[in-house]
Amino acid sequence: MTDRGRRALIWAWTLAVLVFLYLPALCILLASLTASRYFLFPIQKWGFDWWRKTFESLEIRQLFANSITIAFCVMVIAVVIAFFGALAFARYNWKGRTVFQKIVLLPIFFPQSVLGLALLLWFNAVGIQTSWMTAIFAHLVWIIPVVTLVISIQVYSFDPALEEAAFDLGASRWQVFREVTLPVLLPGIVSGAFFAFLLSWGNFPLSLFTTGADATIPKYLYAKMVAGYTPGVPVLGTVSTFGAALLLLGGYWLVTLRRRAQS
Amino acid sequence: MAAPHETGKGLSQGARNALPLILFMIIGFAAPLLAVIAYSFMPPRSFGLTHAPTLDNYADIFTSNSYISFGWSMLFAALTVALLALICYPIAYGMARLFGRWSPILTLLFTIPLFVSENVRLYGWILFLIKNGVLLGTLKSWFGIEPESILFTPGVVLLGMVYVYLPFMLFPMTLGVSMVPNETREAARDLGASRWQVFREVELPLSMPGIMIGLLLTFVLAVGAIAEAKVLGGQTIIPITHDIEIAFTYAQNWPLGAALAVLLMIVVGTLVMLVLKRFDLDAILGKR
Repeated sequence: MTDRGRRALIWAWTLAVLVFLYLPALCILLASLTASRYFLFPIQKWGFDWWRKTFESLEIRQLFANSITIAFCVMVIAVVIAFFGALAFARYNWKGRTVFQKIVLLPIFFPQSVLGLALLLWFNAVGIQTSWMTAIFAHLVWIIPVVTLVISIQVYSFDPALEEAAFDLGASRWQVFREVTLPVLLPGIVSGAFFAFLLSWGNFPLSLFTTGADATIPKYLYAKMVAGYTPGVPVLGTVSTFGAALLLLGGYWLVTLRRRAQS
Repeated sequence: MAAPHETGKGLSQGARNALPLILFMIIGFAAPLLAVIAYSFMPPRSFGLTHAPTLDNYADIFTSNSYISFGWSMLFAALTVALLALICYPIAYGMARLFGRWSPILTLLFTIPLFVSENVRLYGWILFLIKNGVLLGTLKSWFGIEPESILFTPGVVLLGMVYVYLPFMLFPMTLGVSMVPNETREAARDLGASRWQVFREVELPLSMPGIMIGLLLTFVLAVGAIAEAKVLGGQTIIPITHDIEIAFTYAQNWPLGAALAVLLMIVVGTLVMLVLKRFDLDAILGKR
């Protein structure tokens, strides 16, 4: 096969897989725009009724509030702990580093549903009632390591000589941190924050066992799905899909703008 | 780190930065796992940790048919991993070699689904495959044919798993493939190696670290999968995670669920340790 033929084949395959990835999201969008109670394709009557009904529901507003609160808290805590974790992971050469790296990876390489159950048992054993706060804790166990890896990739490309130079010029530890380390690592921190927020926003296996009475959107959707069809499910599904897409594309756009402004 | 900046209170700079994370992992990861192990030795249907330890739960498991669920989970995880390796390799190759300036935007497009809850995405497949859904509805109105829906069969569970875990295979694999230096590949070609030889002798071994991470990650996630069989499979397949969940919820037999979880943890843990031990993470993640 010629090089061009092979190239075209790989392109075609990649695009086909992308279609495969986005096909369900498209179906959900179509279903949310149906006016009738049940989803029948081709759609006979289109309408925004279910969108209106969904957003008028107090229960759904509460779900949004829960999901956003949890995701926001997870983001802030995860970024702070993971930032220092990433420095230990990639920046400093210290004795326990290789062991530390494996410790960071373990929760990622662990079935999340089992982790959720383990945390439920643990909360029960120490006598903590599960709620949105325990959900934050549970999300952190999985998300801190992910964010640590994301920031670490940035730290690997960081040149320690920059810090040394600042120290030699008489900067204090805090000044070096604020004026050198933080700005250089900022892109990694920002992408880490995006990961933290979105992974918490979409998490289901950990939330299933650790949110107690405070449901999140994925948990609520699951309950509704198993129980049967309601058109509110596609509406919420569409919102969470497009919300994530918009947030990521927006972030990507900001990063490219910044890069252009710099060069 | 240069010596003058060390404050030297016993802990090295690296250890001090690692400390918050390590403490968090002790109370958030190690302690819960110990709790699971402790519960697995409690008498069946008890809820506290104060009883005398017993091996009853493990005995129950080995006399029950949980091994069928175990088998399903392992089989489906293995199939998922094999299919994903075949599906993702050409894409990873394209990302690392061919797509050039399109690579970032394609990466982004592959990332977005990662952040949407898996059950939402699986739900889309239900709408696509269900009777009178997008696929069958279209076939019916355009061609007048009405095939049976394939929903709620084992094949669809596999489809769902492949679909959900695709990014987890793709990204480590791309990382791996981009670790192969172009010069090495060209040198092999110049020395007269065929395309197949280059692939087998150069490309594959050198991108192995990334590929192995992808295989391991998807296997572990797929073994822990719970939503696919429930949402798409309609209980035609009972994975081990389902047994565990049942023990914790309907059956109210926490110690049995804990014992099942311990067995799963042993399998997964051994695998992860074996694979991770062999790799230098600095090299994979791009230390310069």
